[in-house]
Amino acid sequence: MNFLRLAKRDDLPREKEWIIRIAAVLLSLVFAGLILIIFGLHPLEIFRTIIEGAVGSEMRIKQTIIKAVPLIITSLGILVAFRMKFWNIGGEGQIMMGAFAASYVALFLPEMPKALTLLAMAAAAMVGGGIWAFIPAIFKAKMGTNETIFTLMMNYVAIKFVTYLQYQAWMDPAAKGFPKIAPFPERALLPHVFGVHAGWIIAILCVSFVYFFMNYTKKGYEIAVVGESVETARYAGMNINRIIIISMIISGGLCGLAGMIQSAAVEKTLSVGISGGYGFTAIITAWLGRLNAIVVFFVCIIFAMLIQGGAYIQIALNVPSAVADVVQGIILFFVIGSEFFLQYRVLPGQRLQRSGKEAA
Amino acid sequence: MQEQIAIEMKGISKSFGALKANEDVNLSVMAGEVHALLGENGAGKSTLMNMLSGIYQPDKGEIFVFGEKATFASPKESIKKGIGMIHQHFKLIDVLNAKENIIIGQPSSLFLKEKALSQNVREISDQYGLDVDPEKKVYDMSVGEKQTLEIVKVLYRGARILIMDEPTAVLTPQEIKKLFQIIRNMKEQGCAVVIITHKLNEVMEISDRITILRKGRSIGTVATSEVEVPTLIEMMVGKKVDLDIHKEKYAGNRPLLAMDSVTVKDREGKSALEDVSFTLSNYEILGVAGVANSGQKELCEAIAGLVPSTKGRIFFEGDNIVGKTPRDIIRLGIRMGFIPEDRLGMGLVGSMDIIHNIVLKDYQNQPGILLKRGPSAVKAKKIVESLDIQTPSIYTPVRKLSGGNIQKVLLGREIDSNPKVLITAYPVRGLDIGASYKIYELLNAQKAAGVGVLFVGEDLDVLMDLCDRIMVLCHGKVTGIVDPNNVTKEEIGLLMTGSSRIEEEVSAQ
Amino acid sequence: MESFLATCIVAATPLIFATVGEIITEKAGVLNLGVEGMMLMGAVIGFMAGLTTESPYAALLGALAAGAGGALIFAVLTVTLRANQTVVGLTLTIFGTGFASFVGQPMLGSMVPETVGSFFAKRSIPLLGDIPFIGPVFFRQDIFVYIAYLIVVIAAVYLFKTRIGLNLRAVGESASSADASGINVEFYKYVHILLGGALCGLGGAYLALVRVPIWQADVVNGRGWIAVALVIFASWNPVKALFGAILFGGLSILGLRLQAMGFSVSQYLVDMIPYLATIVIVILSSHKKGRENQPPADLSNPYFREER
Repeated sequence: MNFLRLAKRDDLPREKEWIIRIAAVLLSLVFAGLILIIFGLHPLEIFRTIIEGAVGSEMRIKQTIIKAVPLIITSLGILVAFRMKFWNIGGEGQIMMGAFAASYVALFLPEMPKALTLLAMAAAAMVGGGIWAFIPAIFKAKMGTNETIFTLMMNYVAIKFVTYLQYQAWMDPAAKGFPKIAPFPERALLPHVFGVHAGWIIAILCVSFVYFFMNYTKKGYEIAVVGESVETARYAGMNINRIIIISMIISGGLCGLAGMIQSAAVEKTLSVGISGGYGFTAIITAWLGRLNAIVVFFVCIIFAMLIQGGAYIQIALNVPSAVADVVQGIILFFVIGSEFFLQYRVLPGQRLQRSGKEAA
Repeated sequence: MQEQIAIEMKGISKSFGALKANEDVNLSVMAGEVHALLGENGAGKSTLMNMLSGIYQPDKGEIFVFGEKATFASPKESIKKGIGMIHQHFKLIDVLNAKENIIIGQPSSLFLKEKALSQNVREISDQYGLDVDPEKKVYDMSVGEKQTLEIVKVLYRGARILIMDEPTAVLTPQEIKKLFQIIRNMKEQGCAVVIITHKLNEVMEISDRITILRKGRSIGTVATSEVEVPTLIEMMVGKKVDLDIHKEKYAGNRPLLAMDSVTVKDREGKSALEDVSFTLSNYEILGVAGVANSGQKELCEAIAGLVPSTKGRIFFEGDNIVGKTPRDIIRLGIRMGFIPEDRLGMGLVGSMDIIHNIVLKDYQNQPGILLKRGPSAVKAKKIVESLDIQTPSIYTPVRKLSGGNIQKVLLGREIDSNPKVLITAYPVRGLDIGASYKIYELLNAQKAAGVGVLFVGEDLDVLMDLCDRIMVLCHGKVTGIVDPNNVTKEEIGLLMTGSSRIEEEVSAQ
Repeated sequence: MESFLATCIVAATPLIFATVGEIITEKAGVLNLGVEGMMLMGAVIGFMAGLTTESPYAALLGALAAGAGGALIFAVLTVTLRANQTVVGLTLTIFGTGFASFVGQPMLGSMVPETVGSFFAKRSIPLLGDIPFIGPVFFRQDIFVYIAYLIVVIAAVYLFKTRIGLNLRAVGESASSADASGINVEFYKYVHILLGGALCGLGGAYLALVRVPIWQADVVNGRGWIAVALVIFASWNPVKALFGAILFGGLSILGLRLQAMGFSVSQYLVDMIPYLATIVIVILSSHKKGRENQPPADLSNPYFREER
């Protein structure tokens, strides 16, 4: 890179920031398009179909919303953990365990009126997800254990556990040998509001809650301080262990809630596919949304459109839905890379120079 | 001796964004001379030398090494030309031993030849009168040993020009003597030595010529034998400055803080502090002197409740606060201010603005779960005004402020809470002279108001001028508590290395 | 017992490649969480190359190139463009998973061609293979396994006995010190990230070409993540990694073994064992003291020369 000069930017006006980000997204689409061409596909057709599949009809819009709901709630959960620099990769597992807890209430607790059942399911789900996040959190707090791998492994344990339930312990005898768990009774299903299951209301409530929590409460402030510097948090007299644990319980609780919604409204039972990769996608959306609840909301909607569109092109064009994953990945790489250009200006020049803000 | 120009820098300019670190700087250094590069913190000295060592490239200007034009795109090229830089913060790998640190980055055989390497190292050490154990791991070395290793490393690479950045900052007076002897050896061997420093007395003692930098410009070059300290100060600061710290004596009448046989163990179970006892009264400034890592950090943190004491008691106005966490201390209303050494890493949250940094201390005593910023915003404005803090607004993230202003924010916050005891660790590190003296004034004002100030510092001259008493730590033990009026710097130096001890404590008046 | 241990080695082999690869990357001070993604990319491209060309060499090359390719994306983003290593690594894993699924779609259910399969058949090493007990376990394996042994030895010698290995360790411990000593930090990081990725790609290829010689999208199934944990378990030492991998290989096939021995254990619960074991070692590792067992001090810190 000896023919390029880099100069650090001092302060970038907001508009320029967005221009660079949008340019990155557009560039990534062009690049993705090229990849698609290499594999013998028509990029424009694919992009068009993705959008059509996401918002082309009332039913498809509903499908997009249905996909957005768990993504939003899970992303909020990840956001809270990431603010504290706790790398919670265990969203998948926390969703699963939340769904498991909710399923237990739905299938094995005595009959209750609908409202009560759903409330109990939600509460159980948040506890389930919360506990699943609490375990790695307590080890991090007490022993400094690496949370990235711990939470990840908890994913696999949770998935295997639900597999065990689905294929063995809870296998529905009425399904005649087909590995399924019994469908939820009516009282355990989320009602519909405006044609879509009530999860969307829950999602909006969660966005408001997390936004308020992170920006206006003491705990939210403490989480941000711990995330920036544990030493400063100690200096200020914060109870760090407590903060880690509370934020992880909230993080896991939100993921668990997403799991409850998926089981109570989409799958209408418990199955291995409930988490559907949302736990991982949520990491990306939370990060792209710069850990801000409201921006994350919108990022999730866009991603949901991509996912829904991806599912649609499988049906409409007989193209594997994994294409959407690849496109997602490419967009992501470009946006991550574009952060660099927000910090530095690249100029044509003679020699390599890197300029930083620091003087002698 | 033939006067050869080792280094010539002509018209060098370097900017970082809007900041002009060096502007049209000229410097010439002869072989066989010791040349001091003098200037305040922030004058541009390190930036200039970093261009010689290949870390930065100049925006404008030319560099000549022994008459040949040179451009350095990386440290490797600078090393090849015979330039050896010894940075203020050592560039050593802790987990490796001395000879491994010497060999990294150097061309040699594919497989490491351990014995031959040890041999080479010993040869060079002997040639220059240095003492290095090739097998010793860096994490086992003292600061003086590390510095010696850095010097050997640089000589091993064939350096004829040595640049030392603030070499005496972390040394005791005795080690400084030793270093100066080594520098004289190098001079005799024909090397050119450049010392970056802001310490005037050392410049007068060791250098042949002095180049002064001020706010990024070279003001002039003088021969040491032909100049006096006041002139140097005037050149450094740009005006006549009264560098006297006024010390008033007050009759303190009660102890505010006392430590009684406190022992603190570090993570590996060794004693960072051992049986430390002292008393701090109102209306006084008690200085803490010592070589780096003698327990100063643990001393401050033990009082603040950040590290547990395995033994002993700490009294605040008569109450034992040992075992209390910072949280307890805040909740109990104990008015203690602590300005830690690590400003952004411990005292402040860099990404947040001044308001949110002030909230840091206040919020615990606010009722309810909501965070109230209002009162902190008012305080923020007050502090910015009264301490003349340079910042675009009270909503700017504090890490964007300059070092001096960051320190003022910290100090302002702590003072604003009306502490009875104020603990400050290295408060003027990295600050220019003007800012430093402001801080001393503020501390004196606190003392005049009755506050007991614990001042951990590294500049013995400042400690002697500012403090009423000085406590010296060595390896975690108190080797003496002395009256600066009755003791010399050398005697303090001996206390710092543990070569002597004073059993009788000089008590507060 | 012998056959069980021999199968342990087989199960360990992909872990050996991925773990040693990641050790090399981390010794350079870079934490690449994209191991799973790179293994998948290596698996799918290696399989595709083997399927289309019917040449085992092409398959190996393809896997190396694919793993290195994924690593290159990571390197450009984290070393040159200074992005957050954790996020980029995760993205690489997601991308790699999608990539393998997408590219492998037309190959679902295809079998490895005969020419390739026979190349990777088990061969006994003369003399060594005949040593009682040890012989059949270690030296009657396929060529991939032998390559794995070699990689461990080469990596250990490279890291601890050569000058370049010393420079690499310096970069990982303190990039600014290495830079000041004249080492080209960026270059070292790039090279070793790519090397690590290539090895991960090979590990994935082993799974696709030899272990389960029919293409399926979840051929790696979390082993990449276990490798990341094994790096910590092995204290960043390739020889310890070998033992760790064998241990884990054994744990992962323990379930089948127990069932074969007549214990009625639920398959699904037994499937959890490797992951639970990983959790245990992660917990134990955080307890480890001693200077020589610590991660490279500058791990996952990006290095910018002027912001020292």
